[in-house]
Order: sequence, then structure tokens, then C-alpha cells
Amino acid sequence: MMGDALFYRRLASPLHATRASVGAAWTIVLIAAALACESPLVLAALVGALVGAGAGAGVGRQVVRSLRMAAIVALPIVVVNVLVSRAGLTVFLRLGDLGPFGEGNLTLEALVYGAVIALKVALLMLATTLGSLTVDPDELLRGVRRLSFRSALTASLATRMIPVLAGDARRLAEAQRTRAPSSRRTRRILAAQGEPRGAVRGGVSARLGLPHAGACGESSLTRARTQVTLVSAILSFSLDRALDVAATLELRGFAEARRAQRRPIPWSRHDLAFVVSASSVAALAIGARLAGIAAFDVYPEITVGSATETLALAVALVAAILFPFADRKGIRP
Amino acid sequence: MSSLVFDRVTYSYPGAGTPALQDVSLRIEPGELCVLAGLSGHGKSTLLRAACGLAPHFYGGSFAGSVTVEGLDTREHPPSRLGALTGALFQDPETQLVMGSVRAELALVLENRGHSPAMVARGVEEVALALGIDHLLERSTRDLSGGEQQRVALGAALAGRPKVVLLDEPTSQLDPVAGDELIGLLRRLNQEWDTTILLCEHRLERCLAAADRAIAMHEGRVAHDGRPGDFLEWARDEAPALQTPGAKLFALSGLGPAPVGVKQARATLRSRGLLADGSEPPLAAPGVPAGSRAAGDGGAARLRRCLGFRGGGGEGVLLAVRGLWYEIPRGPAVLRGVDLVVEAGESIALMGRNGAGKSTLLRQAAGLLAPTRGKVEAAGRVALLLQNPNDYFLHERVAQEASLRALAAAGLEDLAERNPRDLSGGERQRLALAIVAGDGQRAPAGDKLLPGDVQLAEDRTDESDPPVVLALDEPTRGMDREAKAALAAELRRRAGSGQAVIVATHDPEFAAACADRAVLLADGRVIADGPVAELLAGGWYFSTETARILGGEGEALEPQAGARLLGERATALLLPSEGPAEHLRTVVQGGLE
Repeated sequence: MMGDALFYRRLASPLHATRASVGAAWTIVLIAAALACESPLVLAALVGALVGAGAGAGVGRQVVRSLRMAAIVALPIVVVNVLVSRAGLTVFLRLGDLGPFGEGNLTLEALVYGAVIALKVALLMLATTLGSLTVDPDELLRGVRRLSFRSALTASLATRMIPVLAGDARRLAEAQRTRAPSSRRTRRILAAQGEPRGAVRGGVSARLGLPHAGACGESSLTRARTQVTLVSAILSFSLDRALDVAATLELRGFAEARRAQRRPIPWSRHDLAFVVSASSVAALAIGARLAGIAAFDVYPEITVGSATETLALAVALVAAILFPFADRKGIRP
Repeated sequence: MSSLVFDRVTYSYPGAGTPALQDVSLRIEPGELCVLAGLSGHGKSTLLRAACGLAPHFYGGSFAGSVTVEGLDTREHPPSRLGALTGALFQDPETQLVMGSVRAELALVLENRGHSPAMVARGVEEVALALGIDHLLERSTRDLSGGEQQRVALGAALAGRPKVVLLDEPTSQLDPVAGDELIGLLRRLNQEWDTTILLCEHRLERCLAAADRAIAMHEGRVAHDGRPGDFLEWARDEAPALQTPGAKLFALSGLGPAPVGVKQARATLRSRGLLADGSEPPLAAPGVPAGSRAAGDGGAARLRRCLGFRGGGGEGVLLAVRGLWYEIPRGPAVLRGVDLVVEAGESIALMGRNGAGKSTLLRQAAGLLAPTRGKVEAAGRVALLLQNPNDYFLHERVAQEASLRALAAAGLEDLAERNPRDLSGGERQRLALAIVAGDGQRAPAGDKLLPGDVQLAEDRTDESDPPVVLALDEPTRGMDREAKAALAAELRRRAGSGQAVIVATHDPEFAAACADRAVLLADGRVIADGPVAELLAGGWYFSTETARILGGEGEALEPQAGARLLGERATALLLPSEGPAEHLRTVVQGGLE
């Protein structure tokens, strides 16, 4: 299901109603703002704003799911930074002599800096998710085709192949769940999928006497071998699929295609609102950076700028990001 | 100038031992609607690929002779250039959708040709309206059902207004209503726009009446090329597997000429006094009130009957679905209070339009989906064979996919060393069936092992739980008539051995051949449930060709039953001994005996 979660689907929201180029630009500005800001408070506010924007665009659930994924990615970043960085001065744990790695002193600064990096990675993932879910790729590619046809072709293929392959993988996995039970091969496959056959129905497995993943007793080597079999089958499918899609594109005349003509679309108030939003966010992020507002230095010791200014910047950024979502009049999916 | 000319074309795929096309010469004139017939693997799809230049430009291989499309030699012009003249729809529509939304999909070919935005918009709108997919325009191509995908892919092929349209089994995923609509649309395109159409199809009864010409392929060669009526006469003697049910009915009855459609068949029968003048097909079979087995007296009543009479336990009940609802998370309801009881030995055809909920119901029965409300109870394992048999194949050898015993039961033991993907459509379906059904018993010690196959040895010693219910989701997609008959016989055998069989199908002929009960779904509800003869005899769409020819009389669904009915009628008419009916009676009685 995760595969499906990242694909565009037209919904009734101001962001979906905005032209693709503006939506994409707005997303890029959010990413740039995340990279420009250093204050954890501002970054946290941006995370909140992006979750709010996701909710406003009707994709809140997927954005929150992406946030959970980001947390999984973020944790190792923090841990590794704490273990590796030697730049901080405030030691909160001494691990002693670690041989070739020197003294194992864990510092507060490394912990905070790791958290800042993790927040930025999370923002990157959230913004990318939001963009994937709300910006019409077909419209975007139509625009890109006017600039660089071959790149757009590659992007077209890639964007189309991802859901096709995700669908293939889903179907293959489903087919393996319907294989006759009890054979060792089936048990291995079910175990590799980590899901008992009929698990969706409570008690069905037990009633039908079907094998249970946990009861399979297969070694991890066997499970890995089966995983490899499944993955190689999916890869084999993907090659066939790529061939079929390429044949279709060939017949649709991609190789002989002419430059697409510009399609004039009048600017809507949503387009204008998101342009204003993107401009405001960019101005606030760049202005704050230049003016030293919400400054935040970690090494060698943590120094924080004015709390009032930082808070004001965070509030302003949140408002700039969310205000276009207030206008929901006359939006249709 | 001819639309399409094949001149002594011989083509082999890379690494193939035998040519897929051998010395094929054809000339198709502008505005002709040609049907390409033949068993699976005899070169029909390859001929279409050669016609649009994909063979050899895209697939490689060796190519001799020449193919000319509207004057362009396919050896000198790439498929992308030929694409301006030809529109092609191949078997798997999913891989022929390359854009994210339906509107973008239909617009792609027009945009590639550099049309103005207004022309693109008009073209998209018109093709969407023509195919009845205007309501799908804003939908994501990922969210479409199989039938919808096929119509959108066809729309994409037609959007550029090609002069030659090449279609490889375009109705294989469509329900009977959509299939008939599609054939009607192709006829309209052909008549109003003078579009040349080359259509490859297994269900010939759907399209032969609309065709100007039928071409039969056998082992890569053109075995017959002529008018549809002549083709059926030829098929009667040379290729019985290609006969339509109507032609088979006439052949069994000793009648002629072989009818290319229901209208012609009825006219012939009427002229011979075997069909009363002005009789119209009844809406229900004689003696059975219309709707007598409809929902009210269908699933729920049947459930009550079965469980009630058996003290709630129902010894013979293998699967009971009670008040089943399934709603897609944050989406529409696909099943709405379905009740269904399946007893041992029953063979059920699950029918209905695309999106009616057939596949979802089978997935619920097999435990692949959790009900939103309601219950599914099974007396044992419910084996489900999904739509695409290729999804089951993970290995390079057939022997690695299923035990020897299961292969032997499916009649595939001789193919144990072959690659599953090299099997014919019917063989792949049988192998997939062997995989999901298993062998049902422990292999006796001493069975012969394939040398060096440790994996196989492991699997052969396993005991496989035989399924009590075997569910099949559209198992005949892309199958020829011969393979369908073999599958129907296999399902009959399984039902005879006490298993219950449920088949979701769009093919009334297959339903009649393999089932004794039909359940009709619409919008997630069971709207009719009864004996297959009763349900399919009086329908317009959900009906066999034999039933439509005979107007549902005698609940005859298959040619054999129809021929028997005609023989009885001939006897009852008490016509002079030299009359056609007397002759028919003699022929039919002789034939059936």
C-alpha cells in the first residue's frame, strides 16, 4: 500500500486546483526553506505546517505516514552523529577509550545537530510526499516536454513504470498467497512475505489448518533464498513490462514527436495564492538568513538567537504556507 | 492502394526454432473489417505486430518478405512513423497506459503529432464520448478496472484517427455488454470513417457477423481467407475448434449454410419451419416466471434453505457468505450485503458487468480480503486461481512450480522440464490451477524423481490439503476454444468429485459448458441466482449464441442441446417425409446417437 500512497490522485483541494508548475515551485520553495533554516523551533514549525498543508490538501494520512517513515530514517542520523561527531564541548556521556576511534565522548551539541539534520531530512521527505501527491505529473511533464523532450520521455516512463511495477509486485505476492498450502515452498514464500495466508481474517488460518508464518520454522537462509526468488521474478516481470511500455510509446509516436504547443490556461486565484505563498516563504527564509534572525549555531557550543524573533519567524512561515488552503470555494475534484 | 499488404512474409523471433509467420501473403483493402481467427500460438498476434512494424523493428529476429501499410514499407519506416497510420491495441491493456490520467493518455498521441490544444481537446472529447469513457477522463489510469483499462487503451489507439486499426483480443476483459458495444463501435468506425480493421479474436460469435472477411491462421500460415460464411463452412471440415456455437448447432443439425450471426441463423430456421414466424426471444425460459430466482428468492433464501434444513450446520455446505459488505478504505462499497451458499459438487458461474464485484467476492471467499461487515465461512480450504496465470510462475522449470503428482493430475507431467512462460495459454492456466489446487495427497514412496532436483524431492513428500472450493477468476482470458473446452471438462470433473467450483467469467459459452448454477452480480449485489440453463437461456447479453438463436426455448445453451431440441421439434412438426424438418430429424438423431 505504501507504493500507492505516493501517487497523484486528483482531489478537491486548493493545492490540487493549482496549476502543476506553481504546485511544483511551491514544493521546491518549501524544501529550500527547510534547507536554509537552522533553528529547531522553525524546522519543527515547518514540519507542523507541512502536515497541516497535507491535511488541507486531503492527503494528511499519507503525509503522516511519511512522517513516520521519516522518524525511522531520522533516528539513525541522530545516533550516528552523536557517535561520530567530536566537535561539541558539552559531554553528557563518556564511553572511555575506544581504541582506534579515540575517546568516546558523546556531546549534547552532536545530539542537537543530529536532530537538526534529521528534521531537515524529515522536511525533505514530507515536502516530496506532498508534491508527489498533489502535483499532476502529466501536466508537469507536458510543460517539461516543451523544454527537454527526451528528459520528459524518460520521466514519463519512470513515473508510469513505478505504479505498474508496484502493481505487479502486489499481484505476484497475492498469487503466492493463493498457492496450495503445506508444500515447503509455499511455507517459505509465506514466511518470506511475513504474512500468514488468510491472516486478514481472524481465525481463518487456524480453522482451515493453514500454515502460520511464525510456525514455519524455516531458517533465515531459506527465507532469504525465497525472497531472492520473488524479487528475481518481479525483476523479470519488470523487464517484460518495460519492453511492453516502450513498444506502446513507440506506437504512440514518441520517437517522431513534435514539440507540444503551449496550452494557455488562465491564472486562477489558487495559482496566485500559491505564488504569493511561495514568494512569502522564500522571502522570509532568505530574509531571516541574511538578517541573522532565528540564528542557531551548534558547534562548539549551542548558541540561540532571539526567542521572540525565532517564534515570530516560525509563526510567519506557518501562516505563509497555510493561508492558500483557507480558500476552498468552488473547488471540484 | 491497399491498406495492408503482406507479401511472402516469414518471420522468426530471436532464438525461436520455428518461424512465427511462414510465407504469409495477404492484401487488405481500405474499409475492410477482417477477423483473424486461429488457435493460440499460431501467429495471430505476431501478424498484428508485423503489421505495425514492431516485428522486426522492436522485437528483432529474422524477417523475410515485405509488409506495406498504406504504401509505407515497414522495413523502411519505424513503428513510430507507422503509428500515424495504425492504431494498435494488444492483449494486456495495463502496459499500454503510459500516462497518469485518462485525459492525458488520450491526449498523448495528438500532442506528439503537434496538434493545437484545441484540436487535442476536441479529439480527446470525441474519442471519450465514442467509447463511453467520458466519465473516466479525470480518473487516474491506476484506478481503472481491467475492462476500463481496455477501453481507455483502445481510446488511446483510436485518438489519432488511424487509417488501420489492429486489435488483439479487445473484448477479452470486457463483459458481454461492453464487448457487444465495442464490436458495434468498431463497425461504426469502419462504416463511417472507412477505417480498416484487423481484429484478432477467439470469441468469433461476437464479431463474425460484423466482419467482411475472416482469415484463419494455422502454424504461422494463412490457412483460410474468405467471407465469414465461407470461413465457417471451411472450419466445419478443417478446423472444428474455430466453429462458432451457431455454426456448430447447424453442423450438428445437418443444416446449412453455417450462420455468421444470430439473425441469419434464426432466418434459416424460420425458413425451414423450425422457428415460428414472428416469434421473439422470451425474456425468461418457458414455464419459469421471469425473476423467479431473483435476489429475493436467491442468495438469502437459498442460505436460509440450506442452513435451515440442515439444522444450521449444513453438511453439504462448503462455503457460506452471509450479509457480506466490502468497502474500499475511504472508497465506495464494492459488495453490498451478498449472501451465497455453495454446496458440495456445485459448479457456479459468477457473472456480471465489469466492476460488479465478482473478483472481490472471490477474494473474500479465499481470505485475501477482510469483510467490512458480514461473514465468510468455509468448510475447508478455498483455492483461488487469479486472473493472470503468469503471476504464479517464479521458477525456470515447470517441475519447480508444483509437485509431480499435481502436474500429472493437470496432464502436464511431460512438460516438467519446460519453462512455464514458454507454455501455451491453456497449459499455463492448467499449471496455475495445479499450483493453487495442489495434489491433495501424499506422494507414495518410490515415485520417480527428476535427477538432481532436491527441491522437487522435498515438495513431493508434502501432504497438500485438497481445496473444498475451487474459485477461478476469469480463467479463460486469451484462451482459445479448445483450451476452454478442456478447462470446462476439468472443472466438471472436480465438481463431480465433490469439490465446489466457482468461476467468475464474462463468457456465457464457458459458463454454460462448466457450470450448473449461475449467480448474477450487479453493483455489488446478487440480483439473480439460479440454474445456469434458466438464467442464461432468456438473456440478451448474458446468454449463449445457441440460446439466442433458439430464443431460449428448452433452456438449450449449448449446440448439442440445441441440436437435440431441433431434432425433437422436427419430429413433432409431422412434416412430409421429404421436408427439411424430416431430414433434420434423421440427421440429428443419427448424429446424436
